[in-house]
Amino acid sequence: MTKQRPIAIDIQKVVKRFGDFTALKEVSVSIGDNEFFTLLGPSGCGKTTLLRMIAGFEDVTAGAIFLYDQEIAKLPPNKRPINTVFQNYALFPTMSVLENVGFGLEMQGKSRAEARRQAGEMLELVQLSQFAHRKPSQLSGGQQQRVALARALAPKPRVLLLDEPLSALDMKLRKSMQLELKHIQRETGITFIFVTHDQEEALTMSDRIAVMSAGEVQQLGTARDIYENPRNMFVADFIGDTNLLEVSVDKIENGRATCHLGGGHELTCDPVAGVDTGARVHLSVRPERLFLSSEPEEVESLRGRVVENIFIGTDITTILDLGVGPQFRVRASNSDRGNLRVFEPGQNVFVNMERGAARLLVD
Amino acid sequence: MAGGAASGGNATSEAYAPARGWLLLPTWVVLGIVVLAPIVLMLIYSFLTKEFRGGVIWEFSVDAYDQFFFDRGLFGDDAPTIQWAYIQIFWRSIWQATLATIFCLLIGFPTAYFIATRPANQRTIWVFLITIPYWVNLLIRTVSMRFILRDQGPLNDLLQWTGIVAEPLTIINTNLGVQIGLFYSYLPFMVLPLYAAIERYNFSLSEAASDLYAPRHKILTRIVLPAVKPGLIAGCILVFVPSLGSFLAPDLLGGARNFMIGSLIDEQFRGSAGNWPFGAAASMILLTLVLLVLMVLARQQARLEKGAG
Repeated sequence: MTKQRPIAIDIQKVVKRFGDFTALKEVSVSIGDNEFFTLLGPSGCGKTTLLRMIAGFEDVTAGAIFLYDQEIAKLPPNKRPINTVFQNYALFPTMSVLENVGFGLEMQGKSRAEARRQAGEMLELVQLSQFAHRKPSQLSGGQQQRVALARALAPKPRVLLLDEPLSALDMKLRKSMQLELKHIQRETGITFIFVTHDQEEALTMSDRIAVMSAGEVQQLGTARDIYENPRNMFVADFIGDTNLLEVSVDKIENGRATCHLGGGHELTCDPVAGVDTGARVHLSVRPERLFLSSEPEEVESLRGRVVENIFIGTDITTILDLGVGPQFRVRASNSDRGNLRVFEPGQNVFVNMERGAARLLVD
Repeated sequence: MAGGAASGGNATSEAYAPARGWLLLPTWVVLGIVVLAPIVLMLIYSFLTKEFRGGVIWEFSVDAYDQFFFDRGLFGDDAPTIQWAYIQIFWRSIWQATLATIFCLLIGFPTAYFIATRPANQRTIWVFLITIPYWVNLLIRTVSMRFILRDQGPLNDLLQWTGIVAEPLTIINTNLGVQIGLFYSYLPFMVLPLYAAIERYNFSLSEAASDLYAPRHKILTRIVLPAVKPGLIAGCILVFVPSLGSFLAPDLLGGARNFMIGSLIDEQFRGSAGNWPFGAAASMILLTLVLLVLMVLARQQARLEKGAG
């Protein structure tokens, strides 16, 4: 949050237990007004449970949830000015599209005519006006998704929750819906809390991301922050593609940590708090921050042998054997044709990295 | 039951064309023997002349229908007047069956909802428990009910012992007795189809409704009931129709003054007092009535399904 804006949802030390199983261990997150906030994590990390607690479908074992300074943890879902777009859409099959979208408005006490009028406007926003009188079962998956979105937006909630809403769509449709969601969020000014296990989706859409695992928030920050400065091994591994190397820290002096990774390889990188001399830790280097050459070109370089080149359209990934640790990946953009030098398998090369590309990870 | 036969395999495919006729033959034979033949037989008998000591004389007559609807008879000297006695029995049967359906619905719906919302591995046990009493013959259960409900029976003992009533309640040989008997006999026919419908209900719809500001009663009336309507209609038909023609509960718990059509028909085919054509005619009238009710319900369901696409 760059400037001081009001907090829309304040989650304070929230704990959730199902019998013996602890789904959430003292999670605290503040989500700003008008923010596109994403809960990202693998399945079973507790992100959906947290979302369902904000909606009111699960009660809170301990802790508090505030909506604009009002404690809501004890309110039933129908008393919370928060709406949800469900993963399976949960459209009412016996009602028409228009009735579905107008349902929340009607339940808020608006007359049927007024509810229909506003529902009609909502359908225009998601470009489904011509389907107003169809039943949900007569629509395609993408259209149903838009109806679910319109239905949740129609009552003008203060916060909109989205539970993996795009997971059932094919890739092309998902990409266009991602942009559309972002667009609608900006246009309506409603705070969005988005749950996904797809890191690319999270990076594309979010103002801020909370990476979750095992019932805890592992890291909270902007997409760029999380990608470039992963705090721990889980985040580095889960977000994007990375090379994880096991290293020991030999010495820390002049603001540089010198590490060796066996096989005669040595690297220096920025030290981090919590990692001392003698520690065996992991080091993360993103494949796109590296480049190959026949002679060392940077201060930091490793020797390796090319195993394989993989062409993936936009990029070429070269897999290398460093003689120690797992295989190492280097990615070069395919747009850089003039300068791109592809080495043949079996060739010995130098892997160069700029300062700051390698990061030490806590744990 | 909602349009299950629609779509699926292409039954009109050319490959099946020659076989289609004889593959359907068993169905037609069974339907003919168990459905069509008895009804046709009944229809014929209702237009024959009665033989004393039961049986019929093969001679056309409308006496049976005449006796049912008119006093003095269409073919007598005096002006015919409507015979109310039998119409009253019909009327009593209809409202007893309607009441039984309503009570079964009021008790059956929460029961079915309860079972359908148990964890999946417990549901079978609950359904099993519901059906256990029905392993015993209906006659024996109805007789037992008579023992439970009679003036010096366990129910009255309990009511008096707890001080709810001072004098024993007379339940046997009243409309209430018949009603309890009908309700008890046909309750599972309401619970089971409702359970099947509620079990298939997508409970995230209730969550979505709650999320959209619906209080609990609105979730029930606007979301749950419309979604389980096919099961609801099936349950109502399965309770109403057999209640209407029931004769064990009215006979054993209602006595002579609380006759229903079932008992009336039953009596016509018993011993020497019977009148076969009259029994057949009453059956035909009952059948017509039931078909009318079913047609109305079927038309409503068809409209519902057309709406649901």
